[in-house]
Order: sequence, then structure tokens, then C-alpha cells
Amino acid sequence: MRGMRGRLLLLGGALCMVAAAAQAEDVKRGGTAVIHMVSEQGVLNPALRASTGVYQISGKFMEPLIDKSYDGYVGVLATEWSSSADGKAITFKLREGVNWHDGKPFTCDDVAFSAMNLWKKLLNYSTTLQANLEAVDCPNPHTAVFKYSKPMPLELLVAAMPDLGHPVPKHLYEGTDILKNPYNQKPVGTGPFKFVEYKRGEYLIAERNKDYWRGKQYPYLDRVIWRFIPDKAAAAAALEAGEIHESGFNGISMEDMVRLGKDPRFDVGPKGFENNVAHSTVEFNLRNPILADIRVRQAIYHALDIDFALKTIMRGYGKPGRGPIPSAAGANYTDDVTTYAYDLDKAKALLDEAGYKPDANGVRFKLKHRPAPWGEYTQLWGEYYAQALKKIGINVELVTNDAPGFLNGVYRDHDFDTANGWHQFRADPAVSTTVWLRSGAPVGTAWSNQFGYKSDKMDSLIDAAAAELDPAKRADLYHQIQKLEMTDLPVIFAIEHPFLGITSKKLKNHHNTPRWDSSSWYDLWLDQ
Amino acid sequence: MSLPVPPLLTYTVRRVVQAIPIIILIMVGSFLLIKLAPGDTVDALVGDMGGADPAFVARLRAEYGLDESVMVQLWRYMLKLAQFDFGWSYVYEQPVITVLMSRLGNTMLLMVSSLMVAFTFGVTLGAIAAKRAYSWTDNMISTLGLVFYAMPSFFLSLLLILIFSVKLGWLPVGGIRTIGAFKTGWADVADVARHLVMPTAALSLIYLAFYMRLMRTSVLEVMDLDFVRTARAKGAGGARLMFHHVMRNALLPVVTLLGLQFSTVLGGSVIIETIFSLPGIGQLAYTSVVKRDLNTLMGIIAISSIIVVIVNVVTDLVYAWLDPRIELK
Repeated sequence: MRGMRGRLLLLGGALCMVAAAAQAEDVKRGGTAVIHMVSEQGVLNPALRASTGVYQISGKFMEPLIDKSYDGYVGVLATEWSSSADGKAITFKLREGVNWHDGKPFTCDDVAFSAMNLWKKLLNYSTTLQANLEAVDCPNPHTAVFKYSKPMPLELLVAAMPDLGHPVPKHLYEGTDILKNPYNQKPVGTGPFKFVEYKRGEYLIAERNKDYWRGKQYPYLDRVIWRFIPDKAAAAAALEAGEIHESGFNGISMEDMVRLGKDPRFDVGPKGFENNVAHSTVEFNLRNPILADIRVRQAIYHALDIDFALKTIMRGYGKPGRGPIPSAAGANYTDDVTTYAYDLDKAKALLDEAGYKPDANGVRFKLKHRPAPWGEYTQLWGEYYAQALKKIGINVELVTNDAPGFLNGVYRDHDFDTANGWHQFRADPAVSTTVWLRSGAPVGTAWSNQFGYKSDKMDSLIDAAAAELDPAKRADLYHQIQKLEMTDLPVIFAIEHPFLGITSKKLKNHHNTPRWDSSSWYDLWLDQ
Repeated sequence: MSLPVPPLLTYTVRRVVQAIPIIILIMVGSFLLIKLAPGDTVDALVGDMGGADPAFVARLRAEYGLDESVMVQLWRYMLKLAQFDFGWSYVYEQPVITVLMSRLGNTMLLMVSSLMVAFTFGVTLGAIAAKRAYSWTDNMISTLGLVFYAMPSFFLSLLLILIFSVKLGWLPVGGIRTIGAFKTGWADVADVARHLVMPTAALSLIYLAFYMRLMRTSVLEVMDLDFVRTARAKGAGGARLMFHHVMRNALLPVVTLLGLQFSTVLGGSVIIETIFSLPGIGQLAYTSVVKRDLNTLMGIIAISSIIVVIVNVVTDLVYAWLDPRIELK
């Protein structure tokens, strides 16, 4: 039997090309996809809240100018983009024949209004990105020219657009209090699905947009329903019972993920989450004189068995980190950096050298550690960290808090010696990564420099990279930033891991783009 | 001639008036307690979003009125509460009263059904166990009660889900209705009932054990009393003796417990509602704490204290009815 199945698989592989060509005919239309969401979303407007939780839902209603595919960036509401030689004017050609769900046409006015009033003023991360945006001109209804006071790298803007480039309909937002606009809770977009109903704490229903611009055949599904299930064990049971079809972003526990991964009814893995890699970190408070000594930080890095943690906590889904920029960043990433292999003897020698000899009980010093409450990975990684440091004579006291408590303790009060959390990469290092290493952010800003790290060299590299127009030079600057971080070590970017999803095999065409859960799902269909 | 005011009414009105300062005290205390927790709703939101720039955070704080001192915030809140305005939930982006009312029904349904199941079965089983004290039946009932009592509710819930949803496929995993089925009338009622079977079972089994143990002891105690012997001597036997003489008297401590437990069931429903993703007050309380949704949390506390006060008054009234020796003063 086994041999037989092997041959069938081979045959299947050979027929793959044919199957791909024939797939268009096999598509079944109709049906309802039911998707798991862990937490409730108050605002469903991606031009006000840059967050994957928002995109997971709003992505079906509202489309960005540009999206990311496995073959690079593809136009959605924009068709072409180009930059002037000085980098101060970036032109987008907009798609024609696109209508909002209420029937009004999508034009440059919508883009200009959204960019100036939402992206520049109200959207997190985007306010920094668009700080130098002066105006958006509309020479004709389907051309938008973004004018900047300082050069804006086209590469950066394009990379940021899938997340930070969602236009809203001007006719529904102009002249209103944008933050209190009711359409923030019942989005009107151009996407393949229309908003129907949001029953808080229960579900959100979207139905097929019959007038979708990609053509009458799209979308294939009649409806998408999100169910809010806060308990991860119950969500796994709902998947097993066939009540939901997909759960993304580690929506169930790793134990269930591994167990159901062996179940032939499900696809499990990181495919489709490549755009959302994160680092599991160890963050130092350099205000503590012990940790201000670089040898102590190096010793701690040497004491961490990264491969062991990867296998036991992330179950092999991930790889050792190489500094602030993940391998998923493409050309901006380099692995030519200083590394710190697992070596307990070296770690102990470094601590001895720094003058921290063990006392009678074998303890060199104590650290107050705050693990972030971002879920299973951060919790277990924090526990592993405490165990690992015990082996080199450092006692770690774990202080556990929920999200607001953690953010305040670490970012505002700096009441920690070490902390661990994760740092999410957002398409380009300039969007949310370098702000973590640059000095000068106001105290209390989450995911800004909580280490008390200040390096003039790092600051000038960051500023130069953000304004560099030439992609090759830009990449070189980011390589230098990575190298400098790996020698200064204000933070250990220990493990780079993607998020994991679990999908019923009844869903077809799933996870076929690197930010699939946030995308529009116009080509998703249900085999039932 | 003035109309005689029934003592029942004066008693009820007096108790309700007495409750007002208590509720105010609860509200002020809870407000300050919640404020003691590190971080506010903006921190929780920023944590959810994976970060935001300082200008964004400052703007949100000003918008939500969180940039004022705690005392100013408390004063403003109490002023609004005095006008029965529960404020705005920044997590749900809806008025708190809308959020609360959409959930209260589900929680009340769950509470009343589980307490009814627990009370009915608990009292019956307890009485049977006492009647046949130290027999094989008594031992079995008592052991089962102990097992249910000792089992954590989250474990029992997941066990039920595993057996009845995943393995057998008889009952839905969670929720209150089949989403997207749009049933109406009796079909809808049946659908909701089907969804409530497991949560009710999980919540009631624990309390059932309480009532059972208490009823058993209470019946055993009453059966030895003089008036029971007298009744038996008069020729009252079997069912009449049990229902009319013994159980009515044995119920008193059980009713006390029922009143007290109404509030603990409200607490127990937090776990049950979260696991069964039932959109109720318990689940709402949990997410409100995590997200530091102060207004919603205060609304829940207000509603819960009102419910508990009402239940306490009703319990006292039931006492008087069960035992005419107790007077309402």
C-alpha cells in the first residue's frame, strides 16, 4: 500500500502543471468560510489602526494601493508607481473602473484625502513614515502625486503600502470627526466582500460584492464569517469539529498545532505569514551597571542554547536571529555579522573577567526579568531564559504582567533588568525596526528604545538609511546597522520566527501570498 | 382612614434605599482599585497593535480623558453615573449600556438555568441520599458529588467539548447560536438551547454538589427533630412526612446558600463563558480587565452589584415565606 501511495504522489507531482492549468475549471463557487479570531476588534479601519488583527478582517473590505505576492509587489488599487530623480515626488497611477461598495467611483481624491488626513495624521507608524509628506496632487482622477519635503525612497514607500496604504472613501469621511466616523465600524471599501453585521463577542459577517472590479467571477465565496473564540483550546476543538476552517497567527496552542498537523484534514505551517516574521528577543536595561558591561551581555548570549529553544518552543518553525533585520527582509538582510555560539565555559569566563565571581552558593548576581505576555512563545522563551542563566550563576526573578503592565514596566518606568518579548518586522526596516535602536524617542513609547542605548554611530546610520534613495547603498547601510547591533548588543534578536496558521483542506487557494490572512481572498474557494 | 401599607412593601423599599450607599461605595472602591493596576486602555490597545508613535498615543489619551488626574476622572465618572450614563467603551466603540445589554440576557439565561438545574437536582439527590443514609445509593451519590465538586470547571468544560463535540459531534463547541443559519421562532429557541446544554452542565455540576451535601446534612438533622417524630406519631408517613414536614424545614440553609451563590455563579461564568465563547457578562469582564476598558468594567460592576442586592432582598423574602417565624422588619 505504501509503495502504491508513493507512486501516486509522484504521479501527482508530475501532473501538477496540468492540474494548475485545469484548476480554473475545478473551482466551486459559493459557500461560507468560517475563520477564527482570538480577540475583538474595535476599529475596523486599516487607515486608522495598523495592526494585523484589523487587516485580517478589514482586508476583505478595503484594499491597499499595493499588495505583496510571492513574486514581489503587485498593484491593487494602483497600477504603476515611479519616483522623480530627487525622490521628492512619487507618482501612482490608479486603477480605473473601481467602485466603492456604495457605487461611487474610486479616484485620486480619495487617495489624497486619505493620505493627508489619515495616513499622515492618525495612522500609527504611518505618521512617522509620512512625516515629510506635504501634499498629494491629482493631475487627473487616476493619477496621484505624493510630494515630499525630503527625499522618500520609493522602495520604502512601496514596501510600506500593503500595510499602510489603504484609502478610505472621501465622500463618507470628509467633514466628519474621522475618529468617531461610524464607517470605522462598518467599513465601506472596494474589496471583494461587503460588510454585513458585527455582533460583538460573537461574529462578523461579510458577503460577496457582486460588483467587484476583478470581474464577475470573483470572489468565489458567498460569505466569510469570523468567529471570536478567546480560548485557544476551544478554538482547536472547533477546528476539529469542523465548525471553523482557518485560524491564523498562532490562534491555537503549539501542542494542538503539532497534534492537528498530523491530522490529514488540516494544513499547518508558516506559509502565508512570511510578511509577518518576528524576533523573540532578550532586551537589556543598560541603566543597570552590571548589564552596561558588554562582556556580561555577550556572556548571556553565549549561555542561550538557541537550537534547543527553537526545537522545544517553536517546534522547529524558525531560525536563529542575526540582528534587527530578519532574513525575510531580502536584500536589506545580511548574515555576515558577529555571532555568539552556545558555550557555557566561555560565558562563565566572560563573567569572571567582568569581575562577577560566583559566591558560596554559585550565584554571581540577580536579575529582574519581565517576560512579555504576547502568548506561548514569549512566556516559554522567558522561562527558558531564566533556566539557561541559572547554569552560569545568574539568578533570574520572573515578573509576569499583562500587556498594559508589561508595557508600562518596561517602556515607561524602565523597572526591569532584562525583558523578553517579540519584535515584529514590517516589510521595511525603516517602518518599525530602526526606531527601536535610535535614541531620542520620548519615554514610554512602546517598541521604542527602552534599553537606554545611545550610539551616535547607530543614530547617524539610521538617519542616512532612511533618506537614501539608491537601493544598493540603502541595503549596505542596513547591513552596517545589523553588524553594529550585533557587536553593541543592546538587545539579543535570538530567534526569527514566522507565525503559524492552521487551515482545513476544504479551503482551496489558501495562503498563496506572503500576507495572506490580511489579503482580500478574492480567489479563495471552498470544496464542499 | 389611611391605607395600610403592607409590611412587605415597606421592607423592600427600605432595603433598596439602604443599598444605594453600598453601591456608591462599591463603585468608588472599584474605580480606585482598577486605577491601581499598571497601565490603561491605551497601553492595552498599543500592545494589541504592535506599537504606535508617541503622537498617536498622546492623542488617544487626550481623546479618552486619560490625561486627567485620577480624582478628576473619578468625579467625572460618578457624575455621569448619577445620570445613569455608563459612558463609552473605547474597546468596542459603542456606548457601554449597549455592550452590557447585548450580553446581560445570555448571562442571566446561563445563570438561571444552571442554578435551577443545580438546585433541583442537588435538593432531590440530597434528600434521597439522606433518606437512605449510609446505604449503597447514598455512597454513590456522595462520591459523585465529591468528584464534581473537586473538578475544576475549565477541565470539565474541555472534557465535555472533547466528548460531545469533537468525538460524538452531537453538540456545538461554543457560541450562543449557529452563525449564518438565521433561524427564527422555535427553531431559534431550540438552537440556543442546544448551545446552552454544555455550558449549563459544566456550570451547574459544581454547584449541584454544594446543594446536595447541604441538603443531605440538613435533612438528616431535621429528621431527628421532635416535630417530625410527632408528625410520624400522628400517622403522617412516606411522602407527606418527607415533603411537608422534613424538606420544607431542611430547605432553609439551602436557600441561604442559593442567595449567596448567585454572586459566585456570576464569577464562575467568567471561565465558562470564555471557554464556550458565550457572549455574556463574564467573558466581557475578562476581556475588559485585559484591555483596561474601565467604563465597561465599571458598568459590569454596577450591574452585578444591583443584581446581587436584588437577589439578597428576594432571598430574605423567601425566608419569611418558608418559615413564618421570621418577620420582615
